[in-house]
Amino acid sequence: MTIGELLGIVLSFAGAFLALFIASKAYTAAYAFHMFVFALAGFGSAFLIFKHYTNRAAVIPQEINGRPNYQYGPIKFASLAAVFWGIAGFLVGLIVALELAYPDLSMGLQWINFGRLRPLHTSAVIFAFGGNVLLATSLYVVQRTCRTRIAGELAPWFVILGYNLFIVIAGTGYLLGITQSKEYAEPEWYADLWLTIVWVVYLLVFLATLWKRKEPHIYVANWFTLAFILTIAMLHLGNNASIPVSIFSPKSYIVWSGVQDAMFQWWYGHNAVGFFLTAGFLAIMYYFVPKRAERPVYSYRLSIIHFWALVFMYIWAGPHHLHYTALPDWAQTLGMTFSIMLWMPSWGGMINGLLTLAGAWDKLRTDPVLRMLVVSVAFYGMSTFEGPLMSIKVVNSLSHYTDWTIGHVHSGALGWVGFVSFGALYCLIPWVYNRKLYSMKLVNWHFWIATIGIVLYITAMWVSGILQGLMWRAYTSNGFLEYSFIETVEAMHPFYVIRAAGGGLFLIGSLIMAYNFYKTLASPEEAEAPEAKPALAPAE
Amino acid sequence: MVDNTHQDIDAATGTATTGHEWDGIKELNTPLPKWWLYILYACIVWSVGYWFLYPAIPLPGGHTPGLLGWTSRGAVTADLQELQAQRATLVGQLNKSTLQQIAADPKLAEFARAYGRSSFGVNCAPCHGSNGQGSAGYPNLTADRWLWGGKLDQISQTITHGARSGDPDGHEGNMPAFGKDGILTKDQIGQVAAYVVSLSTPTTADVSAGQKVFAENCAPCHGDNAKGNPDVGAPNLTTKIWLYGGDKATIQETLTNGRGGHMPAWGSKLDPATIKALTVYVHALGGGQ
Repeated sequence: MTIGELLGIVLSFAGAFLALFIASKAYTAAYAFHMFVFALAGFGSAFLIFKHYTNRAAVIPQEINGRPNYQYGPIKFASLAAVFWGIAGFLVGLIVALELAYPDLSMGLQWINFGRLRPLHTSAVIFAFGGNVLLATSLYVVQRTCRTRIAGELAPWFVILGYNLFIVIAGTGYLLGITQSKEYAEPEWYADLWLTIVWVVYLLVFLATLWKRKEPHIYVANWFTLAFILTIAMLHLGNNASIPVSIFSPKSYIVWSGVQDAMFQWWYGHNAVGFFLTAGFLAIMYYFVPKRAERPVYSYRLSIIHFWALVFMYIWAGPHHLHYTALPDWAQTLGMTFSIMLWMPSWGGMINGLLTLAGAWDKLRTDPVLRMLVVSVAFYGMSTFEGPLMSIKVVNSLSHYTDWTIGHVHSGALGWVGFVSFGALYCLIPWVYNRKLYSMKLVNWHFWIATIGIVLYITAMWVSGILQGLMWRAYTSNGFLEYSFIETVEAMHPFYVIRAAGGGLFLIGSLIMAYNFYKTLASPEEAEAPEAKPALAPAE
Repeated sequence: MVDNTHQDIDAATGTATTGHEWDGIKELNTPLPKWWLYILYACIVWSVGYWFLYPAIPLPGGHTPGLLGWTSRGAVTADLQELQAQRATLVGQLNKSTLQQIAADPKLAEFARAYGRSSFGVNCAPCHGSNGQGSAGYPNLTADRWLWGGKLDQISQTITHGARSGDPDGHEGNMPAFGKDGILTKDQIGQVAAYVVSLSTPTTADVSAGQKVFAENCAPCHGDNAKGNPDVGAPNLTTKIWLYGGDKATIQETLTNGRGGHMPAWGSKLDPATIKALTVYVHALGGGQ
């Protein structure tokens, strides 16, 4: 038994007993339930490590026949978890969309009211679906582009399983009413602490894999992943700085207050978009688009300049979420101007993604997976133009607090993050399982149904948002407000119905994808393994 | 990092690669697109210019004010002043006129109703409904059934000082908790509830026992004929319009635990012209007396 395995078993048991002790004195039943989940995970982890020890070969080879012995186990788990959480998150999204159109739908049940389901939806799609896609692809890409097996045997598994445990704790917490009420950072202090541990291990696994790479240079996708991991760690620690009421209570108080708390919240919130949903997914684009198109990346120079410009500019743009609030004017100015300057750095990624197809445009007709990847880059370009536009104060005075924001977020979330993830999963799952994808025709159906869904969703929200903004600011000739708030809510109803229909189509698309994967994995037929291709000449 | 000695030219584009390959992926050494670079520069120039014109750079003890002297507070103040100037003439007339004069002058009354409608949507609709139709616990303002009176001056009094609001001039008086406080037995409450129901829904059943309880306990406020008394906020019990509900179970609930809804005193929040406008608007909703 290695020291790592022994330490893993000891720490698993120690953690499990600590959780049981806390559960025995917990102030609330929901918190005790969470501690039991932790304890169960601890005992399960000890068992799995022991099973790994008894089943594994005495020495796990780093290379087999001169080729890296890539570790795909954690990647397989995270890919399938992404499909599962994606469907769950889209379904909850559809339910909350319907609750907005038909407010009595929650039937007065506290567990499924809008306030609890909304964070369940956002966390499920961003952190559970998006997070698992990022974990799966980043651990795949870093191995392949460094031509080395991932660092650590247990550590990558700990990252994947620990992250999904965090998702379970966060999601069940929302339904049970545990929340610290910070948007996109709702989990309470103990879930945050657990995520911190998982994230630090993720960073170490990633860095150690880069360290032992067999390529002289680090591929651009890995720069973006590293920026994503580091920045998310910093944002998570800053925004979740809180003091628990007691170790036996789920409740905590944030150390920031007033406008400083708001500033921290949107520094976090905007950069969750910038580094989780942009940098992380650009890493996916930089590997899967050239790989799928079998074309070189358009411009190495552009990738350097837009990478550094993006990471430098994004971190300043958060205050544009707080225009026309108590945030001082100077901070609003900086937030807005950095958002404007961010436009071209964002588009650098779009240019590099789209023009990588130069010389291979014809493949868009024949390969629906590549089409999905390329359309995702087009949506990325659209929403990164819309974002700076909406950050301009006069535009923001119309768009802020309206559905336009929701439309903007979803053109990025469904169009960019969703499609680039689907495209990557359609590549990745067949690759790591050595299978041929069951049906390209179904991918085509998925593509068109989901695209129509996105178009319905975002056009409904644009119209609704602009209408809402105009109604809020409409004055009569006498100088009085034309509409009361409830009249503006009534005017939204048809658009809410259309939005729910669009979300429903997007969900149907993802179910088609899940069926396609099920048939792919159920087939016994092995495809040609990517490793079977001739070994590549080492770079000079 | 470009390796110029072993130039690898991509056939489709004619551009050299950087000479590296990762898992089959190469990168072209394409220069930055000019249009991209120039727009990036333009955005930076524009932003730096904006920093000179508007509040931008934090410094010890303050921040750069910007050459235009613009502040968001200043902008809001200017907008509000513009709005006040637009309304000034007619608001001035509202301030000078009595409620009766406003109601009698068609042009001024129309202005007051437009003003009142807007203010009602913001301040009153959350409880009384967007059309003043009310809901359980929140009085309907569209019918001529008034808890505290439906004349212009009475409506104005209610809006200004509220009910059970803590304002010394506000309306006071609760429906007592006859059951909880042991004034009436459960049987008596059942009898009087049946009688009260019969006032608006005639029945052939014998409700005389309830009538007797009513005369002794309820008539002092609601009146011998149960038509209510706006001086103490006692509702008329003989119509189909109910504040909390007119079925027997709800009436028993009312009798057992009492009632006493709150209406805020808007005099401390709204200016006199707004309250006059609201009064005229509410009076015109359908029930003004």
